[in-house]
Amino acid sequence: MARQSTRSTDSKKMNSELFTLTYGALVTQLCKDYENDEEVNKQLDKMGYNIGVRLIEDFLARSSVGRCQDFRETADVIAKVAFKMYLGITPSVTNWSPAGDEFSLILESNPLVDFVELPDNHSNLVYSNLLCGVLRGALEMVQMAVEVRFAQDTLRGDNVTEIRMKFIKRIEENLPAGDE
Amino acid sequence: MADEALFQFLHNEVIQYVYKSAENGEMENGRCVSKLEHLGFRVGQGLIERFTKDTSRFKDELDVMKFICKDYWTSVFKKQIDNLRTNHQGIYVLQDNKFRLLTQLSSGKQYLEHAPKYLAFACGLVRGGLSNLGVRSIVTAEVSVMPACKFQVMIQKA
Repeated sequence: MARQSTRSTDSKKMNSELFTLTYGALVTQLCKDYENDEEVNKQLDKMGYNIGVRLIEDFLARSSVGRCQDFRETADVIAKVAFKMYLGITPSVTNWSPAGDEFSLILESNPLVDFVELPDNHSNLVYSNLLCGVLRGALEMVQMAVEVRFAQDTLRGDNVTEIRMKFIKRIEENLPAGDE
Repeated sequence: MADEALFQFLHNEVIQYVYKSAENGEMENGRCVSKLEHLGFRVGQGLIERFTKDTSRFKDELDVMKFICKDYWTSVFKKQIDNLRTNHQGIYVLQDNKFRLLTQLSSGKQYLEHAPKYLAFACGLVRGGLSNLGVRSIVTAEVSVMPACKFQVMIQKA
């Protein structure tokens, strides 16, 4: 009887477990396939990029967010709308550079690492590096070249998880975007 | 819904990755499906552990299969299996008339040749789930018209 009742209530959470575990299986596979962590990071970033360029379509179609006027607005949309929509979390936006072209996303929790512990021999692995690729790919599709990296990671002993984003330039509309 | 798009994109990337490393000659093409299946197996093992922690004990094999068709399928693919058939000798056929991972692909025979790629992971999910419930099996999938799909579960008697 209990079986029936537990099902439908938190079906959404179940789904994110599917995502988390699938991502874990992927990282495990990559670690097996590549000898060093740097290669794994690169591969994760690349896959994230591929996801990002598609995900932005889904996002724009479903969120009814218009064009952002400046990088601050972009930061807000990423943190409050996009992260909320796809991962169910709202990171805080902090550490603006004086020029306003660089900021940090602070993640209180990271759904990707729910069941993860990094073994000692993978100290260079950026486990959630997929996210960087996703952000970069998605923003590239709206004519923004950005640099994204993990500045801190709770998996590696930091107190918080911090994603640092830096605006590089606007991509001109008539140029083919990206080289990947 | 939201998480789902993310999973589907990730799933596509995983397939892309596995098939690309095959192209580079790191392994033969036929192994791609089994590699994807293996990834699914691991995920299935993890999922079933979390889904069954509050459930009562299963009576028998059929009870386990029913759980897979109803609760497990709903949690993972947001719908139940449409039809479960068995010959009572260890073979079960699970039919899903609108399988989640194929709906974006086509509704008909177009791209049929690519369907196996998109099913291998799901087969693994089922086998992994069953395995952690103490049922050893072989799971295969077949499609004649997308997005309908039949999974065949053959129980391995120890």
